[in-house]
Amino acid sequence: MENRRMNETFEPTLIAFCCKYCAYAAADLAGSMRLNYPSNVKITQVPCTGRVDIIHLLKALEDGADGVYVAGCMEGDCHFVSGNLKAKQRVAYVKKTLSEIGIEPERIDMFNLSSAMGPRFAEIAIEMTERIRKIGPSPIAATADRDNRQAKEGKP
Amino acid sequence: MIVADRKSIQEILDMVKTCSKILVVGCKGCVTVCNVGGLKEVQILAATLKIARKKDGRPLQVDEALLERQCDPEYVAMLKDTVYDYEAVISMACGVGPQFLSEAYPDQRFYPAVNTTFFGGAVAHGIWEERCAGCGTCIIHYFDGLCPIARCSKSLLNGPCGGSDHGKCEISKEVECIWDKIVRKKMEQGRLNDLLDVVPAKNWQTARDGGPRRSRREELIQHG
Repeated sequence: MENRRMNETFEPTLIAFCCKYCAYAAADLAGSMRLNYPSNVKITQVPCTGRVDIIHLLKALEDGADGVYVAGCMEGDCHFVSGNLKAKQRVAYVKKTLSEIGIEPERIDMFNLSSAMGPRFAEIAIEMTERIRKIGPSPIAATADRDNRQAKEGKP
Repeated sequence: MIVADRKSIQEILDMVKTCSKILVVGCKGCVTVCNVGGLKEVQILAATLKIARKKDGRPLQVDEALLERQCDPEYVAMLKDTVYDYEAVISMACGVGPQFLSEAYPDQRFYPAVNTTFFGGAVAHGIWEERCAGCGTCIIHYFDGLCPIARCSKSLLNGPCGGSDHGKCEISKEVECIWDKIVRKKMEQGRLNDLLDVVPAKNWQTARDGGPRRSRREELIQHG
């Protein structure tokens, strides 16, 4: 973590859970439109944001993500009626949990967009990357890095 | 079912603050149904504890286990090979769980992760309400299936008190006056006269007032 802090340009790792019907398609569109967005964002496609559970969000943070966001359809437009509203409640739960254990709740968020909103997808990626850059590295990332390294080296 | 609420994460963190390796044990019974201590909740608690301790630079190894029930010795026995590998064990079952575990494994420390609240059911997704007080002498048939012991704030047996206000109890606008409901149901069904019989004072000895209770079924007891 210290090394990451000392770097002048801290490059956060962000995990984005993107619905295949909107945000993931919007990411495709952003690509087709040759829009730039930060490579810090690692996209995970989900069939609906309603598939994203609290445990997925927590695991991403536990394993060292500096920020996590869920990008689903516009409210009222979910392909599965209310998956995005369920995701919104789960994101709110994780925000509350993070506050309770003294971690910035801004590290996680929920966004709504349609598949036609390629520029908005890029905008969200930039917004979240900038936000996490300002907040700084995740306080759990250093320990997670060490754990991940040890796991790779086969140490207990 | 037995309904419970999870304790705050800070309270649970305090319980295990000196530990570096713990086990979180869930229960597939009531607490799974009320979404507080089943597989998913065990995973969430374990992840949250690990995150909190990583943040403090004192990582905590949290292993997860799930028992069919924590209120039966044969299921509790399934932990026998691993239970002493940990500095402490957190039980996500109702208050029965940590006690059965403590009795089975006297040399281990068990902590409750939930506050056990009442016997009830889900009235909507995410909302549970009390329906039974476990008084030991069921009388709901006198009140058309509505229990004034569990659902009247004063457990009154002979009609509502002066705190009944437009179908709500004076303790909270969210609590219905069960006596209002009982009287309305009796009127709708033309059986209001049922309520003219005075219900005598209840014998509370079958409830907690008689001390800890025990149920014995001779036909089920295995001898030898």
